[in-house]
Amino acid sequence: MSIRERLSGNEATAYAMKQINPDVVAAFPITPSTEIPQYFSSYVDNGQVDTEFVAVESEHSAMSACIGAEAAGARAMTATSANGLEYMWEMIQIASSSRLPIVLALVDRAISGPLNIHCDHTDAMAVKDSGWIMLFSETNQEAYDNMIMAHRIAENKDVMLPLMVCQDGFITSHAIENIELLEDEKVKEFVGTYKPEHYLLNKKEPIAVGPMDLQPYLMEHKRQQHQAMENARKVIADVALDFEKMTGRKYEFFEGYKLEDAEYVAVCMNSTAGTVKNVVDNLRENGIKAGLLKIRVFRPFPGDLIAKALEGKKAVAVLDRVPLLNGTGGPLYEDVVSSMFTQNIMVPTINYSYGIGGRDVTENQIHKVYEDLQNLKDMSNPYRFLGLREQ
Amino acid sequence: MKDLIEIRWHGRGGQGAKTASLLLADAAFNTGKYIQGFPEYGPERMGAPITAYNRISTTPIRVHSNIYEPDYVVVIDDTLLTAVDVTAGLKEDGAIVINTTKSIEEISPLLNGYKGSVYTIDARKVSEETLGKYFPNTPMLAAIVKVTGIMSEEDFIQDMEGSFKHKFAKKPEVIEGNMNAIRLALQEVKKIQ
Repeated sequence: MSIRERLSGNEATAYAMKQINPDVVAAFPITPSTEIPQYFSSYVDNGQVDTEFVAVESEHSAMSACIGAEAAGARAMTATSANGLEYMWEMIQIASSSRLPIVLALVDRAISGPLNIHCDHTDAMAVKDSGWIMLFSETNQEAYDNMIMAHRIAENKDVMLPLMVCQDGFITSHAIENIELLEDEKVKEFVGTYKPEHYLLNKKEPIAVGPMDLQPYLMEHKRQQHQAMENARKVIADVALDFEKMTGRKYEFFEGYKLEDAEYVAVCMNSTAGTVKNVVDNLRENGIKAGLLKIRVFRPFPGDLIAKALEGKKAVAVLDRVPLLNGTGGPLYEDVVSSMFTQNIMVPTINYSYGIGGRDVTENQIHKVYEDLQNLKDMSNPYRFLGLREQ
Repeated sequence: MKDLIEIRWHGRGGQGAKTASLLLADAAFNTGKYIQGFPEYGPERMGAPITAYNRISTTPIRVHSNIYEPDYVVVIDDTLLTAVDVTAGLKEDGAIVINTTKSIEEISPLLNGYKGSVYTIDARKVSEETLGKYFPNTPMLAAIVKVTGIMSEEDFIQDMEGSFKHKFAKKPEVIEGNMNAIRLALQEVKKIQ
């Protein structure tokens, strides 16, 4: 039997980390993820975990410490947000290219500047092509469940890639909501012990980690990294099946909500999906065939599956929680439309920039999206803003 | 109780609006409900107007936005009545609960023509009598539980005793005062409109 509880997203993440009981946690505080290392450090202090907690002086050092620990053969975790992730950026690439399955809790927040501590996805999107597996979470429950599944995916010998679990800053990280927790023993058994094939502290097999890699080999190593990301697809699906057997909770690459027979579809990630579901139900009551496609696995991007799921729809709106600053679309939009294009699936698809810097995402705004989709005529400029004060 | 109750808290930084919303979420959770409790974080400084929210539902809650048409509003500091539009979107079949010593004649002009129920409580008096200090959030929590009827007074008292024992494990001397604040507040909250 699962345990009925009420926790914030940060509490749920810290609780998952307690149950995982990693060898090393290295972290530096930054809003809105600060509570995760804060709660975790109290578990360390109370002796509820036997983790080595490294209170580093910066996020660059947090990721460096995780890299050192993983290279040595330990299981390492960290948490951060926004500028903290940016400050890690150099080491984020080192972690993935060294094939170190570090797990990071990312509590999404707008990257400065100007200074803003609230939710958008600019932090996650800044590292989207860094070779990390990226899972997104609508609720505290999904943040917890994704975290329980994380190590099994990242540490699989066919994968060996770092993984981040993303959730929305404040919206889920600081909201208390109902959650079903698993028993400690079940988590322990599910996650298992980390047994790396190659590691620095193995005196029987001396290795180097992160050496010079010039013209003769770097390209082949990048090809292997590419293959690892491809391999992750099957592992993510397998782990989700095992998780479903244990909990009854089903996780796929994306969740379709009333998607199959939908004519008008919104595509989004994280907490907004819950609000969209309410609007979909409301529209369905009024005879409008609305649906939702909520992406859970953003990296590796399940482009072929998404394209097939959107085939034959009348119109699609992709909601990017980032400002559009590149003269073209948001990252989610570009991935969705290029996936459709490569499969010769042509559906009118528009792009919204929304919820920037914690701008509240209301049901009214989502209604506007479906209204626009029903009246889509001019596709000359597919880029729009949602919830923007124009006057 | 309706299937979904939405509550908006108005307070000033340092008065415990966030804590009160989380305690209310806790109490409702313990009656088997689905709950949300979340503050709207702005510039966090003592005295600045802050808002917190609760959803209490018989079915799972999916929406993740602020509350614009609450069933109930709690005002922890009556100086906010002239600073914030506290009745914005408030449903007429709902109620507003205000911490004040003012009469309905004094308050009414500040409620933007709100026609629904108005309750008041002197949370300062309750708090100072029972805790010896001014912590308005505990009495206001009791007041909103009574006004909404989300749980019986007995269940609420029993539940809060458990919460306080947990929350104040390291300073048990404050538990009795807080429990007295709750009991007194349940009696003191009055409907004036």
